[in-house]
Amino acid sequence: MASRTVAKDIITLKGSAAIVSEFFGYAANSILYNRGIYPEESFAKVKKYGLPMLLTQDDGVKSFIANLTSQLSEWLEAGKLQRVVLVIMSKATSEVFERWNFSIETDSEVVEKGVSREKSDKEIMREIQAIMRQIASSITYLPCLDEPCVFDVLAYTDTDVAVPFTWVESDAKLITNPQMVKLHSFDTKIHKVDTLVSYKTDEWEE
Amino acid sequence: MSRRYYGDRFIPARSSIDFDLANFLLVGSRSQSQTRQEKTDDTLYRQRLSALMTMRNRNRILSFWSNPISGDFQTDLSDFAEKKPSKGRRYIPKSAERILSAPEILDDYNLNLIDWSSSNYLAIALSHRVCLWDATNGVGFDFMSINGDIGPITSVSWAPDGQRIAMGMNNSTVELWDVTSSQKLRTLQGGHQSRVGSLCWNDHVLTTGGKDSIIIDNDVRIRSHHVRTYKGHKAEVCQLKWSNSGKQLASGGNDSLLYIWDRSLASRWLHKFEDHMSTVKAIAWCPLQSNLLASSGGAGDQSIKFWNAQTGVCLNSCDTGSQVCSLLWSKSNKEILSSHGPTQNQLTLWKYPSMAKIAELTGHTSRVLFMTQSPDSCMVASAAADETLRIWKVFETPEVAMLTTETTYAEPFRNLNYIR
Repeated sequence: MASRTVAKDIITLKGSAAIVSEFFGYAANSILYNRGIYPEESFAKVKKYGLPMLLTQDDGVKSFIANLTSQLSEWLEAGKLQRVVLVIMSKATSEVFERWNFSIETDSEVVEKGVSREKSDKEIMREIQAIMRQIASSITYLPCLDEPCVFDVLAYTDTDVAVPFTWVESDAKLITNPQMVKLHSFDTKIHKVDTLVSYKTDEWEE
Repeated sequence: MSRRYYGDRFIPARSSIDFDLANFLLVGSRSQSQTRQEKTDDTLYRQRLSALMTMRNRNRILSFWSNPISGDFQTDLSDFAEKKPSKGRRYIPKSAERILSAPEILDDYNLNLIDWSSSNYLAIALSHRVCLWDATNGVGFDFMSINGDIGPITSVSWAPDGQRIAMGMNNSTVELWDVTSSQKLRTLQGGHQSRVGSLCWNDHVLTTGGKDSIIIDNDVRIRSHHVRTYKGHKAEVCQLKWSNSGKQLASGGNDSLLYIWDRSLASRWLHKFEDHMSTVKAIAWCPLQSNLLASSGGAGDQSIKFWNAQTGVCLNSCDTGSQVCSLLWSKSNKEILSSHGPTQNQLTLWKYPSMAKIAELTGHTSRVLFMTQSPDSCMVASAAADETLRIWKVFETPEVAMLTTETTYAEPFRNLNYIR
């Protein structure tokens, strides 16, 4: 039993990439549920990270996120992904309301040499759990989204990356004068992911 | 106080600050300043400037486009608004909605003779006169005509307010008229040496491009209207387009060059694209994605090229098989319409970025020289040397906000938003 836990603590580049892209998939679902982008009836509960996580049952969104996470995983393994941003915009005017920014720092030594690192799985899960809880509680301070919204995902990559045709060059979709809140980060010792949410300042607040 | 003491600087969010870049700019750039004094070469200056300007863009920003998702839970209540992934093709009529006659229209590739105002009037320059067509009630009338020694009229452009119209003349002047009172407001002269073939408004500034290869910014409110000159082209400037933000100007010329000028850069160009093989007449900025520019060359080129105006990268190049005279983007989704010359003289609607042909609209019997878009962005007017002006229904209306009908679901924590 002792050897089994030791084996679990070793993280490879592939494993880390899988953890990060899986995290992103769940985080995206959580954001979509909590911000009311899709109706809550279209979500189902699963247990993950020791929390009841909600996953969308809508086929379109499911496949969208699945394609997304597989591409992110590929880029993470190559060490080319710098950050991922989930942008929430108004459906009618395409005005950006919120930006969920996940910046990724990759340990380049691992990408180049293929070494692996050690960190307990439980530790990583705990860190991710903290972030998930924070996302869920973020609705207490984020301004209300009154109009129907859509979301978009932007990836900041290195310039020399091969781009499949499903990804298109885009502008940064920034918010003018945003309020920013930094959430917890988690670290797999290979990839360190920082979370930041920036949102449009509500006119009611001074 | 040592330089490292940042005690009284408030840094709100450390994670959003790029310390590497800041450090480089503070410390590293000093060691390079000696080389700058050695060479005052124009190109070196520009390289360093572009390197600094693109420093923040040393990564690429990509957006996932496979399934642009919309909140589909509303389709029961809404009228048949398209659900993007599974939408059927919308019906695009293959023939024109209306055909108007445009006698004596000049068959010159380098001019810009039609424009559609925000007040829904279509203006067309027919040799020495300008006719207006009221698109709301379909009534056309003569607006004004000029003398033989000034004209013919070589370009037409409505001001953003839809009340004033600028006309470039063959004798190098530009006349500014008010439509409601049918009066000439002023004549801009002394800038160009030969005919003014292209015009573009940017708020109160009218940018004019001439056969003398010069581009001039004219502030129409002040007496000495000539505020800025852009020199770079070597032949007639046949197209000018300001970007949506009004900060960048794209210009195409008879010399096959496409320049991008930036308002903040003195009089130097930001980018110079030499990829086209002949006159760059068709230029269009994408209304939905900033920095995306489409351009096209003439008979010797026949391709549509897409550029990232910020980084100067050519994103895509698509061969169309015939001379392209004009380009227009859709305002509601990523589609682009191109107008062509021989042999089909058609208008082709492409899906971006896949460049799949969605529709081909035929009807004109000679090359479709000029195109313009209606203010509600659904209709397109095209004029050709066959002396007809055709109106086509091409684009979709941009979706209107559905604020009233979204009561089917209750936002879970709506009332709890302001708990602190």
